[in-house]
Parts: sequence; C-alpha cells; structure tokens
Amino acid sequence: MLKLLWTAPLSAKVGVVAILAYAFVALFAPLLAPYGETAIVGSSYELWSDKFIFGTDNIGRDMLTRLIYGARNTIGIAFLTVAIAFFVGGTLGMLAAILGGVYDLVIGRLVDILMAIPSLVFALLLLTVFGTSIPSLVLIIALLDSTRVFRIARSAAMNVVVMEFVEAARLRGEGMGWVIRKEVLPNITAPLLAEFGLRFCFVFLFIAALSFLGLGIQPPLADWGSMVRETATLINYNDITPLLPAIAIAGLTVAVNFVVDWMLHLSSGLRSDSH
Amino acid sequence: MSSLTRIILQRLGLGFLTLFAVSLIIAFVVELLPGDITQAMLGQSATPETVAAFRKEIGLDRPAHIRYFEWLGGIFKGDLGQSLASKRDISEFVGTRLSNTLFLGGLAAAFAVPLALLLGLLAALYRNSIFDRIVNLTTLTSISFPEFFVAYILILFLSVKAGIFPGISNVSTNLAFGDQLFRTILPALTLTLVVLAHMLRMTRAAIINLLSSPYIEMARLKGTRPFRVIVYHALPNAWGPIVNVIALNLAYLVVGVVVVEVVFVYPGLGQLLVDSVAKRDLPVVQACAIIFAAVYILLNLLADIVSIVSNPRLLHPR
Repeated sequence: MLKLLWTAPLSAKVGVVAILAYAFVALFAPLLAPYGETAIVGSSYELWSDKFIFGTDNIGRDMLTRLIYGARNTIGIAFLTVAIAFFVGGTLGMLAAILGGVYDLVIGRLVDILMAIPSLVFALLLLTVFGTSIPSLVLIIALLDSTRVFRIARSAAMNVVVMEFVEAARLRGEGMGWVIRKEVLPNITAPLLAEFGLRFCFVFLFIAALSFLGLGIQPPLADWGSMVRETATLINYNDITPLLPAIAIAGLTVAVNFVVDWMLHLSSGLRSDSH
Repeated sequence: MSSLTRIILQRLGLGFLTLFAVSLIIAFVVELLPGDITQAMLGQSATPETVAAFRKEIGLDRPAHIRYFEWLGGIFKGDLGQSLASKRDISEFVGTRLSNTLFLGGLAAAFAVPLALLLGLLAALYRNSIFDRIVNLTTLTSISFPEFFVAYILILFLSVKAGIFPGISNVSTNLAFGDQLFRTILPALTLTLVVLAHMLRMTRAAIINLLSSPYIEMARLKGTRPFRVIVYHALPNAWGPIVNVIALNLAYLVVGVVVVEVVFVYPGLGQLLVDSVAKRDLPVVQACAIIFAAVYILLNLLADIVSIVSNPRLLHPR
C-alpha cells in the first residue's frame, strides 16, 4: 500500500497528507485548541491578534478554537452519515443483485422515485417536518444518499453474482449474510471505496450548505458551515475571516477528490474520464 | 404513429407518473409530522378548543387522502393553498419568486453553457496536454468548493475590493431590465463557476468517449484533416451527449440556486424555501418543493428525450 502510494501522482500524495492532517486535528481537538469550544473569551468580532490568532466571532468566541473543534464536529457528522448510507444502501444494493426478481424491481423503482426529487429540496422538506436535530439530520441525509449507494452497489454486485464461485457458495447452502460478506463484498470493495470518497465529499458539502442556511448543525456546536454564516457580515468590511471555515471545507473536499481521482485512475485508466 | 412520437409520449407519460409519485411522497412526508403543526404554531399554552378551531380553519380536521386530492386539484387550478405565517395565498407571491429564480438560472446557463462546451471540447482535443491537465486539476478543485465559498470570494473581490457589482441582489419587478441584469450578475457568476466544472468534465468525457470509437480512428487513418474529423464525423454523434450534459446540469443549477440566493439575498424561490423551512411554514415548503421537483423532473425528462432522439440506436430498439 505504501509502495503504491509512492508511485502516486503529486496531487494524490498532497491529498493523502492533507486528509491525515485533518484527521489529526479532528482527533486531538481538545489538546490543540487554545480555548474551550463554546467559551466566550472576548468581545464580538475582535481583530486578528496574538491573543486571538484569527480574531473572535459574532459573540466573542475564539475563531481558531472553533475552527479546530469544527473539524471534529463537521467531519465526524459527515463521516457517520456516509457510513450509515453505505451500510443501508450497500446492503440493499447487494441484496437486490443477489435476489433479483420482485425485490429488485420494487426497491429499484422506489429508489428511482426518491432520486427524482432534488436532494436539497427533499432534505429541506424533511427537516421542516422532523426538526433540525443532529440525529434527524444524519438519518435524513443518510437515507437520501443511500439511494445513490444502492445504485452503485447493485450495478457492481450484478457483475459478481453471476460468477461461479457465488453460485457454488449458494449451492453449498451458505446463508445470505455469508454470501454478501465473504463472496460479493470483497470483489466490489474497490469501486465502493472510491464511491465512498465521492459520497463523503458530497455529504460533507451538503451538510455544510445546510448549516450555512441555518438548518443543519445547530449552535453552540462549532461547525464550519454555520461559522461562515455567523461571521458573514465581516466580508463587507474587507475582512477575510468568514472565508477561513470555507477554506477548511474546500481543503478537505479537494484532498479527498484528488485521492479518489487517483484511485479511479488506478482501477481503470479510462474510468476517471466518465464523470 | 411513428416510433419517435410514441417514444416521446411514453417518456412524457413516465415523467408525469414520476411527478405524481413525487407529489404523493411529499404529501406523505408532511403527514408524518410528529405532534401537530398547530401545536407549533399556537405554542404550548394553547387550549384544546383553540387548537381544534385552528385545525378546522386550516382544514386539518379532514382525512388525509381528501386533503391530498384537494391540494393536487388546487395545483392544477393554480391554487397552492395559504401560507401559515402570512395568511396570504401562496400563488400570489410564488410566481414572481419563480420567475426571479428562472431568470438567475437562465443567466448563469447563458454564461456557463458556451464556456463549458468550448473548454471541454478543447480539453478533449488536446487530451493529456498541459492545458488538459490544468483544466482537469482546476475543475476538480472547483467541484470541491462549497457554493458559498465561491460566492464570498466573488463578493470580496468584485464587490468589496473593486466595487464593480453590488454584493446584495435586491431585485424587484419595478426595476428596469438593465438594472435587474446588473444586480443579478454576481449571483449568476457564482452559479456559473459552480456548474461550469461539472459541465466541462462531462463534455470532455463525452467527446473523448466518442473520439475513441473505431469509425473516428478510420477517418483519421484514411488521412482526413483533424478539423474535418471533428466537424463532419464526431460532432453529429456528439450532439446527443452534449445536450444531455447541458440538461442535466441545468437541473443541477435549479437546485444549486438555493444557497446562492441566500448569500446574495436574492428574492427567488430558494430563499423563500429556506425562510419557510426556518418558520416551519409547511404549505409554502410543500409548494416550493413540488415546484422545484417539477422543474427538475422536466429537465431530466428533456435530457432523456434528447438523448433518445439524437441516438438512432435508442430510437430503434431491437
């Protein structure tokens, strides 16, 4: 794996390093942050200084501290969401490929209809109904995103379930759980992993957008999308503070995209051109 | 009936069926509302009598399927119900909002489509050149940017620092067209940048896909000049995928408009949707959702039909 990474293009190497750096900050946030996550340590909108490296936000919390904790909250919630989406969508997709027939048809049509509604609009509708708490946010986005995962998992698994070794496993009476975990899943890991990166970027941006609209992660939790919203007025005074959390968001998605691009290039020279 | 009209009618029917299913889902989701919208509107201290009276006033006391068909019937008559917050008819103010949003989306498309096609074509023609690599890297980067990031960068440089365009797009119907255009340019530019990268990458992929087919290689091998290969051999077959790319991205644009409208305080449908979600004004959210879904589905339908019409192999399925 390390050897493989050594031959990767520069963009992918930069991406891997950046992802590791983000993970480090997210994991060790309390050790790195100079102040407490929700502590009000100064007056509102203080300028950049030695005491507050990036100044303070609208109610006087340290921007740097919020940025560091934001890594933990924003990335953590997005990761959890994508993991749920992959578990649900991946399982249903593989089941559809293995079982086929009525099950495949019903789930497939249902997914088609859900995908016909623009996901941001549908998410906003669901958030109106269920309220903007973190569990409902995670579950709603995971549900919407699992439809995309279902498609990928199903089409990838379709090519595997017709193989002799899957048939052999089913003939010798293995259970459905075994067939999925031991026969199908190992053979579709590569496309699923690349898709995981793409879906992560999408969900991460999606949650950031919702938080920016004030409908995602709610205060006082530090989160990059809402931080842009809270400090947005500063942009009119030629102050780039609101761009910092936005840069943090963009940096991570760029890094993940670079790595995914390389992974897709590895699995097929042409596939990186197909989207 | 020719096979072409039959296929198109089939697709249209399918589209309306989808729209119907979507309206059912939207109504179903609204029914799921835990507790009651009345409780949220009137507060915890409301007596059971006032709650009952309010439920009767907004029609919540009747069964769900009757309300659904009334709502659906109302849409066809141009009646979208009444806002809970302002008590006004939704159809009164949703029209101008929608036309504002379509104006913004249209302007962005007018910038993005020619630019994306030109750059995508060039990147495909000079594949693996420095130009192609730069385009690949920049588009990959800009796909990763959140919309509000692009928006604030544009505001910072073009509005705050240079002072060319206004940072807030408070258009209204009594403005002259030129003025309205001027105030819409910054949000339109943001949307252009957001959608350009996707469109460019898809165009490039479609053209490369085409250029690798055997008949293009044949044309090259028999010594046809590159320009002639592109214009006479590749382009007639490329229109389908290209128009497909455009339609798909327009659908994406319609939804991407929401965040951009909020940043620029642009009075469009997206802004209305976000405001209503915050106020939990369910009838307005419902109306906005069905309108957005309808536009989205229609554009996807268009992409589907165009790709069939322009592809003889899909037109005459065996």
